[in-house]
Amino acid sequence: MSILSLFGRKKSAPVARERLQVILAHERASTGRSELISRMRQDIVAVIARHVGIKSEDVSVKINRRDAVFILRIDMDMPSTAIESPPGDAARHSF
Amino acid sequence: MVNQKQAKVVVVTSGKGGVGKTTSTAALGAALARDGHKVAVVDFDIGLRNLDLMMGAERRVIYDLINVIQGNANLSQALIRDKRLDNLYLLPASQTRDKNALTEKGVAQVMSDLRKKFDWVICDSPAGIERGAVLAMKHADLAIIIANPEISSVRDSDRIIGLLDAKTERAKKGQEVEKHLLITRFDTTRAGTGEMLEIDDVSDILSIPLLGVVPESKDVLSASNLGVPITLCDADSAPARAYIDSARRLCGEEIPLILPEEKKGFFAQWFGGKAA
Repeated sequence: MSILSLFGRKKSAPVARERLQVILAHERASTGRSELISRMRQDIVAVIARHVGIKSEDVSVKINRRDAVFILRIDMDMPSTAIESPPGDAARHSF
Repeated sequence: MVNQKQAKVVVVTSGKGGVGKTTSTAALGAALARDGHKVAVVDFDIGLRNLDLMMGAERRVIYDLINVIQGNANLSQALIRDKRLDNLYLLPASQTRDKNALTEKGVAQVMSDLRKKFDWVICDSPAGIERGAVLAMKHADLAIIIANPEISSVRDSDRIIGLLDAKTERAKKGQEVEKHLLITRFDTTRAGTGEMLEIDDVSDILSIPLLGVVPESKDVLSASNLGVPITLCDADSAPARAYIDSARRLCGEEIPLILPEEKKGFFAQWFGGKAA
C-alpha cells in the first residue's frame, strides 16, 4: 500500500494520459488521419506538375475503404492547354 | 471598392459539447474588438443558438444566418452591433429545426461577404462532427480547438483535427488550416497534484501549438449570467486575461504563457484552494 493511498487519492492523470495515447494511436491508424493523404497529395502534385501545367487544386486524392481493401483514388482535372504546353516547353520553344 | 477588408476566418471548434466553444468565441471576439479590430462572431449552431445569450443580444435578434442564406434579409440587416463596442458584430444562428437550411453555397456566399467587411470572422461551431460542424470549419483559415484537460474532450479534439485536414476548403486546395489549441477549465492545483492532465500532456498528445490556457473560474459563469463576454465583463479576472493574451497571440504578438491563477483568499492559498 502506497503512502498516497492512505490519503485515499491516487494520481489519476498519468492513467488518463496513457489511456489517451493508446486509444488515439489506434484511432489515428484506423481512420487514417488525413495527414498521410495530404502528404501524398503534395508529392503527387509535384511529380505531375513537372510534366504538365496543373494547379494544386486540380488534383483530388482520396482513400476509400471497402471491407478489408483500401482504394487510393486520384482524380485530376487536366485542361487541354496543360498537355499542349507543359511547363518548361514554353521556354524551349521560344528559342 | 476602396478600403475593402480581407478578414481572417477563424473556426472555434472542439467535437465535444460543453467545453467552452461559445464562451470562448464571445470572449476572443470581444478581446479582438477591444484591441481595435473589426470583428464578426457567427453562430453556426442551427437550432440551438446560444452565442446571442453570451453576447447579451438575445432580445435584439430579428434576422439570422438562415434568413440571409435564403435571401429573406441581407447581411447588414442580420448583423447585430454590440452595445458596448461598435466594432463588434454578431450574426446569430436560426432556431429552425431544419438543419438543411444551412446550405453549402449559402455559407460560402455569406463567408465571402463577411470577409470583405471585417478584420476577423469568428465562427462558433456546433458540437459533433456532422454537417453543421463541417460547414462551420469549411471556410476557415485558422482553427481554434477548445479542449478541457479531460480524456473524452482530448479524444474528440483529435477527431476534429483530422476533420480540419480533410474537409476544409484550404485542405482541398492542398493548403493547411492553421491550428491552435486553447485549453479551458484548467485547474492548476488539481494538475499539480496529479488529478488532472497537465497542459503539456494535452498539447503533446494533440501535437498542435498552444494558444492559451484559460483557468476554471467562477467569473466565467457570472459573465454568462450577465450576458457580457468575460473579456468585457471583468477584464482583470484570470480567465479574461488568458483570453486577451490568446487573442493577441492570434494576431502574432509574442506573449509568454504564464499559468493563470485565480486570486485566492488567505485560506485558499494555505489549503490549496480546496478549503470548503
